[in-house]
Amino acid sequence: MTNNSNIELLKCSQLNKWYGNLHALKDVDLTINKGEVIGLIGDNGAGKSTLIKIICGVHNLDKGEIFFEGNKIKIKNPKTAMNLGIETIHQYNTMFQEMSIARNVFIGREPKKFGLKSLGILDEKKMNIESMQAIKEVGLDLRSPHIPVKELSGGERQGVSIARSMYFKSKMLILDEPTNHLSVKETLKVLEYVKSLSSMGISSIFISHNLYHIHEIADRIVGMARGEKVCDMNKSETTVNELIKLIG
Amino acid sequence: MISKNKIKSLLSRPEFSALAIFLFLLILFTFSNDRFLNSRNFMVILSTYPELALVALGITILMISGEFDLSVGSVFAVSPIVTMILISDHELHYVASILIGLLAAASIGFINAVVTIKFKIPSFIATLGMLFMARSIAVVISGGFPPSVPKDLPTEWLVGRVDMFRVSIFWLIGIALICNYVLKKTNFGNWIFATGENPKAAQDLGINTFKVKATCFVLCSILAGFAGIIQSFRIKTVITSLGQGLELQAIASAVVGGASLMGGIGSAFGALIGTLLLSIIDNILILSRVDGNWFKFAVGALIVIAVILNTVTKNTADKIRLKDDE
Repeated sequence: MTNNSNIELLKCSQLNKWYGNLHALKDVDLTINKGEVIGLIGDNGAGKSTLIKIICGVHNLDKGEIFFEGNKIKIKNPKTAMNLGIETIHQYNTMFQEMSIARNVFIGREPKKFGLKSLGILDEKKMNIESMQAIKEVGLDLRSPHIPVKELSGGERQGVSIARSMYFKSKMLILDEPTNHLSVKETLKVLEYVKSLSSMGISSIFISHNLYHIHEIADRIVGMARGEKVCDMNKSETTVNELIKLIG
Repeated sequence: MISKNKIKSLLSRPEFSALAIFLFLLILFTFSNDRFLNSRNFMVILSTYPELALVALGITILMISGEFDLSVGSVFAVSPIVTMILISDHELHYVASILIGLLAAASIGFINAVVTIKFKIPSFIATLGMLFMARSIAVVISGGFPPSVPKDLPTEWLVGRVDMFRVSIFWLIGIALICNYVLKKTNFGNWIFATGENPKAAQDLGINTFKVKATCFVLCSILAGFAGIIQSFRIKTVITSLGQGLELQAIASAVVGGASLMGGIGSAFGALIGTLLLSIIDNILILSRVDGNWFKFAVGALIVIAVILNTVTKNTADKIRLKDDE
């Protein structure tokens, strides 16, 4: 597939966010093209999480504008973002331990046999078959869609959450520290996976403290410090050591 | 492998421990007291059972969503009092009166929801406040003496006798089946479990957790109000102290039936079994002419034993690993 990296997908302009007196995001601009992998770096408290939480609808912005595929939009809540095709793999655990894999994949967006408005009867057959397919597609081999998530390993859980965001054919994927708590092997799998997104024309924002990972997979690297954007450059223009100095 | 699979899924059920204790006690009581296992005695147990079970059912669903309601005992009085005042003093049709009585319960549930969720007050505190307020409303609106139940009021459809049962048991079974279906087979049921287990994740995945919890609060109150109406129809009188202390019994039934205080775990069937356990223990103590004060001891012991057993069976189920080659 072609890398459509000249077509603009998301454009954030002059984003501002305050938490009480804390100015967490100061006039941040960010543009992401189709199929582009952005590595978002910065120390703790730099504003990375605030930025992505605004894009995925968890927080509302106080000032600024967001354009998606050229249209000015308002991301009121996570549902709006999901409907646009912005999927997020959060840093914290968004799995439901007691629930089956199939239910976890489809949570909040369950296929219905029939229903009234948003409520309806679950199409469990479809959930079981398609959740297993989605999991296979991210290179994971799990025995049954009925296994409760609490019985999976950390890497398998991350696989399920990636499968969840992939299934819904997202246009953009935000991964907030997706390799935390993963083994070396599992980490490599996630990195490979993010690379493959680009070839499918899916954009991604990859947040990590591991600058080697960022440098390996990102097309462009955006650095933040104290709520401001401090750098925005192509990977070829920089090295890992420079990045360390920049945010350190 | 099939048998292992079955054992695992059986042990994983939240109501498993309650069911095991129930069967054990059923056998024990049958052999220890010859008046226990006969249709007349079960008629006695089952005539009051639906009232407590409906309240426990509502509490269980609310607990699955991660919240809690201490005001159900007071709502249990408010609904029938509102209903009877409308029937007797305002001569409103009894169906309309009951609906308004249930609407009053629903409003209380909604207020509980708003106070708990919007103001981020623990439901324990919010509904404790409501316990006092709703009880006070029940006394004030009736002037302390609620109107008596009119003699010509049609009560057969709700509490009439069918063979050894009261009609109320069929209402209970119908409502429990619907609740069970909603919990297990609909997307809304899925959201209730998700909201209870991990509310932040549920919200970030697009579930409107306020709507989910508010619906559970309202449902819990309506079921408590409906149970109160059933009781007032059965005993043909309404008193302002109706349902006093019921909240703890209902919560005990829910917990014994496998509902978790942490949210995300529980079942409609568990609520029914939990309540039945409390009912048969109450009954055996009466049959054995044991000092009535032992009932509280028995309920307390039952809660502790059931919860310990729940934890043990759950851990055992988790340890059973199913491998591909088995």
